[in-house]
Amino acid sequence: MSNARRIAGGLIDRDQRLSFSFNGEAMSGYAGDTLASALIANDRRLVARSFKYHRPRGIFTAGSEEPNALVQLRRGSRQEPNTRATVTELFEGLEATSQNHLGSLEHDLLAVNDLLAPFLSAGFYYKTFMWPAAFWEKFYEPIIRASAGLGRLSGEADPDHYDKGFLHCDVLIIGAGPAGLSAAVAAAEAGARVILADEDFLPGGRANAETCEVDGRPAAQWAAESAARLAALSNVRLMTRTSVYGAFDHGIYGALERKTDHLEESDGRPRQVLWRIYAKRAILCAGATERPIAFSNNDRPGIMLAGAVRAYANRWATVPGSRIAVFTNNDDGWRSATDLAALGVEISAVVDTRDITPPASVAGAAIAMGSRVTDTGGRKGLKFIRLADGRRIPADCLAVSGGWNPNVHLTCHQRGRPAWRDDIAAFVPGDELPPGMIVAGAANGTLTLGATLSDGWRAGNAALASLGISPRDIPRPVADDEPAAISAFWHVRDGRARAWLDLQNDVTVKDIRLAHQEGYRAVEHLKRYTTLGMATDQGKTANVGALAIMAECTGKSIPETGTTIFRPPYTPVPIAAFAGRSRGRDFRPTRLTPSHKWSEEQGAVFVEAGQWLRAQWFPRHGETHWRESVDREVNQTRGSVGICDVTTLGKIDIQGRDAADFINNIYCNNFASLAIGKVRYGLMLREDGIAMDDGTTARLAENHFVMTTTTANAVSVFRHMEFCRQCLWPDMDVHLISATEQWAQFAVAGPNSRALLQEIVDPDCDISNEGFPYMACGEITVCGGTSARLFRISFSGELAYEIAVPARYGDALVRALMSAGERFGVTAYGTEALGVMRIEKGHAAGNEINGQTTARNLGLGRMVSKQKDCIGNVLSERSQLDREDGLALMGFRPVDRAESLTAGAHFIAARRNPATENDEGWMSSVAYSPVLGHSIGLGFIARGRDREGEVVRAVDPVRNNDVDVEIISPHFIDPEGKRLRA
Amino acid sequence: MIIEHPLLGPRDAAEFTYLGDAAMIDRPDWQSGDAIREFHDYLYLRDNPAGEHRELWFHEQGDRSWLVVTRNTTTHEITKVELARDTALASGRHR
Repeated sequence: MSNARRIAGGLIDRDQRLSFSFNGEAMSGYAGDTLASALIANDRRLVARSFKYHRPRGIFTAGSEEPNALVQLRRGSRQEPNTRATVTELFEGLEATSQNHLGSLEHDLLAVNDLLAPFLSAGFYYKTFMWPAAFWEKFYEPIIRASAGLGRLSGEADPDHYDKGFLHCDVLIIGAGPAGLSAAVAAAEAGARVILADEDFLPGGRANAETCEVDGRPAAQWAAESAARLAALSNVRLMTRTSVYGAFDHGIYGALERKTDHLEESDGRPRQVLWRIYAKRAILCAGATERPIAFSNNDRPGIMLAGAVRAYANRWATVPGSRIAVFTNNDDGWRSATDLAALGVEISAVVDTRDITPPASVAGAAIAMGSRVTDTGGRKGLKFIRLADGRRIPADCLAVSGGWNPNVHLTCHQRGRPAWRDDIAAFVPGDELPPGMIVAGAANGTLTLGATLSDGWRAGNAALASLGISPRDIPRPVADDEPAAISAFWHVRDGRARAWLDLQNDVTVKDIRLAHQEGYRAVEHLKRYTTLGMATDQGKTANVGALAIMAECTGKSIPETGTTIFRPPYTPVPIAAFAGRSRGRDFRPTRLTPSHKWSEEQGAVFVEAGQWLRAQWFPRHGETHWRESVDREVNQTRGSVGICDVTTLGKIDIQGRDAADFINNIYCNNFASLAIGKVRYGLMLREDGIAMDDGTTARLAENHFVMTTTTANAVSVFRHMEFCRQCLWPDMDVHLISATEQWAQFAVAGPNSRALLQEIVDPDCDISNEGFPYMACGEITVCGGTSARLFRISFSGELAYEIAVPARYGDALVRALMSAGERFGVTAYGTEALGVMRIEKGHAAGNEINGQTTARNLGLGRMVSKQKDCIGNVLSERSQLDREDGLALMGFRPVDRAESLTAGAHFIAARRNPATENDEGWMSSVAYSPVLGHSIGLGFIARGRDREGEVVRAVDPVRNNDVDVEIISPHFIDPEGKRLRA
Repeated sequence: MIIEHPLLGPRDAAEFTYLGDAAMIDRPDWQSGDAIREFHDYLYLRDNPAGEHRELWFHEQGDRSWLVVTRNTTTHEITKVELARDTALASGRHR
C-alpha cells in the first residue's frame, strides 16, 4: 500500500485515499489520480505486453494517445477490455488486470514471439499462411484467431445502460485547455450559447501539467478559475469527461460523455451518453500530441514521452523513476529536465540531437549536445541508455521528445488534408476545414502558452463576429511564451536493434523499410501492409515518425508522402454507446394489436410480424402441438365462425375530389367505376411492372376511400402513394392519412359470421345478404351506438366480414364478438390458421408477391388495365415479363397424400435430374389442410396453366425432401366462390 | 446532415428517407409511341454526378413532404431545398 514514487504537490486530493488492485495486487492512490498515475506512484513499471512480439511494456503517455498501457477493468459482466490506463479515473475498489499474455504478465510464454521476430516482419501472414491450402481452416485460422485481439470480452450482457442525447449551441469548443478556455471566455461572456467539452475530468489541458503562469497565477489555478467562471454562466454547458470524436456534415459533432465510468457503481444512471451536438460554429482546441524518436530498443518500460513524465510530476505528484534521462530534439524536452530537477529529481543526462548551446542548465546532469541515444538496456524496465559516443548512462526512466503534433484529426473528418509546417516540423490544419470550424491553439500549430491564449481569444471573437454577436470588452488572459525551437529528428540510424515506431502494433523502422522495398509505398498501402496506425490509438504517437521514414526511403518530403485519411472516431467509442437503449426488446418499437391483452388472457402464442406482435394461434386446454390448435381453428371457422385481429394491415384514408382518379392510377385494375358502398380487390405494381402489394379499397363516399395494404408494406406503400401524389400528379385534389392505428379491425369469418354479427350490430343496420351483399361496405353502429365500419370481404373464402371500430373500442369489441359467438362455438384464430385458409383458397400473400413476380405470374394478368395510366402498366408489357410460357401460380398436392410439402422446394419435371437447368419453378407456400386432410402448396411453375394434372417432383435438397406432386388449380376450396356470396 | 425544410426549417437528415434522382418526377407519357423505351430510360438510366445533384427526400418522420434537395455529392453541401410538389407543378406535371 505504499506510494513509493509520490512527491509533494500536484492536483490530487490527499484526503481521499483510494484502494485499487492491479493483477490482484492491492495498491492505493488518491482522488484525482488516473490508473496510470497511481500505477506509477506504486512503482509499477511493467503493465502490458505488446501485441505481436509480447515485449514488456510500460506506461508511455499521460493521455488518450496511449499505445501501451491497455488494461482490462472490472470483472464479471462489467469486464471491459482494452481500456487505456492513462485516461481511466481511479475509483475506490477499481480492479485492473493486464492482458495479452499467456501465463503471468512477468513471464509471458508468448514472449517467444520476440525471438521469432525475423519471421514475423511486416506482411508476414500474407507470406506465411499461404500454403498448403489444406492448412487454412484447420491450422492457420485457429492460430490467427487465438492470437488476434488484445483483451477478452466477458461474453455476458452488459448490465449498464447507455443513452443518447441531442444538444444545440452557437459555439462548440472542443478542448478546455488554455486555448479552449480563452475562446470559451471570449464567446460566453459576450452571450453566445457555448458548449465546452473536454475528454479529461479536470478542465485545463496542459495548463494542469505545466509550471507556467497565466495572468500572474499558476496556470492550473487560472484554468480552474476560468472553468468555474464559465460553469457559473447560464449560457455555458461545461462538459468534462466528454470526447468529441467526430466532425460530421453541417456542423454536427459526435461526443461521448462518460457519466459513471469513474464510479464504482452507476446507481441506475447511464454509464455513457452519446451526444449529437448541433453547433453553428465550432472551435477546435484539441491541443497537440507529443511524438517519440525511434532508436534501438526504444520500447522498454520506463521510456516515456517527455511531456508525460513532466505531467505525472506536476499534476499527479509522481515520478516514474529515480534517475531520469531526457532525449530531445527541441526546447520543450528541456522543460521536462528543468521541471523535474526543480522538484529534486535526479536527472542523469540530457541528450539533444541539436548541436547548439544548451538552452538551459540542469544541475548534475550529463549534457550531450549533437548526440543521440543509440541503445538501451533493462529487460523488464529501463536500466541504462547508451549514447552515440559509447557512453553508458544509468537511467530508470528516459523522457523522449521528438516534437509535438497538432491534433488535426477533426479538421480532416470531411476529407480535409493537413498542411506541413517546417518551423515546427509537424502537420497543421489545412485550408479546407469543415464548414463552421475554427482552429486555435496548439491544434493550430501555436505551441507556446502566450500565443495559444491569444489564438483562442481570436477564435472566440471570430466565431462571435460570424454569428453577428458583439464581443465584450474584457481583458484577455496573458502569459509568456516559452522557448519551443525544434530541429526535426526522427530516427537514430546508429543502432543495431529494432527501433519502434508504432508501439501498439509493434511496427518498427525496419518494417517501414521492408514495405518500401516490397512496393507498399503509398501511405494507405503502408498502413495496411504493416498495420501502422491501427487499433485503439490510431497511431497518434506513431504515424508522423513512420511517414518520415517512408519519406526518407523514397527521397520525397514528408508532405509529399502525405498522411492517411483521418476518420472518426478520434478516440474509441464503445459499441454499447452507439446502441444506446436500442438493444434486446428495445431494439425497435413493439406494436401491440387492440386485442393483445385479451389474446394474452387466452394464452395466445405470439409471433413478430414486422414491429407487430400478432397472435399466432390460441392453444386450448389439452392441445399439445401447434398443429392441433391450428387445425381446430380452421375447422371451427369453416364449420361455424372464427375471429381474427387484422388491425395490423395498413389502412390509408384517401379523400379529395380526385381520390377515385388517384386510386385508379395507383392500382393496375380499374377503380374509377367502383360504386359507393362497395369494396374492390386491388393490385399495385411497381413502375418496373413487378407486383408490389395488394389489398382492398372501399368507397365510403363519393370522395372518400379507405385502402388496406399488407402488414409488411404499410409504410412503403404509403410513401409510394405520397410520391405519386406530390411528384407525379401534383394537380390532383387528394389527401392521404395513415389510419392503421386509428382503427381496430377484426375478420369475422365462417358460415355463421352474419348470424354472429347480427347479435352486436344495431338493429337499424341491415346486414342481410340482400341488404349487404358480397363486397359491400358501409358505416354502421354496434353495441348500441358505437360507430363502426363493416366490409364484406373474405380472405378465408368463407362468408366473411371485416369490422372496424375506433381503436380504443378494439378490446371491448373482441370481447363482445367472442361472447356473442359463444352459442355458435366461435373460435379466435391466429396468423397460422389465417395462412392455412388463404392457401386453401389460393390467395397470394407475401410469399407470392415477393418482388419477383408479375400480375401475370400471379394469375391476375387480366386485371392490368390497358385503358388507363397506372404505375407499372407500361413496363409490365415488356416481352420477358409477359411471356406466354412464363411462371404461373398453381396449386400442388402430393401424389402420396401422406407426404408433406416444403416451401422453397423446386419443381423438376418427372424423371429429370434435380439440376439448375431442369428447374421449372418453386413452391412458395405450404400448409396442412385440415379440411382436405393432406398437405397442399402454392407455387410458381413454368406454363402452369397448361399443365394441370401433370405430376412433377418437388425437390428440396436443403431439407432433403423429394416429393411427387400433382399440379392443380390453386383454388383448393370452393373454386366457384359460392360460400363467399352465401 | 441538416436539411432546410421549406416549411419546417432545419431538420436532421435522419428524419428523412432518400429516394434518388429528382428526375423521377419526369415520368413519361404512357401513351407515347415509344412508351416502353421511355419508361425504361426513366426507370433505369440515372446520372450519378460527382458534384451537384438534385434528389428526392421524403420527410417520413415529419410532415410527409417530398423535397427536391440540391446537394453536392462530394461535399454534402446543400444549396437548395424545394417542395417536390412545387417543382412538379412548375415543370407542368399533371395527371
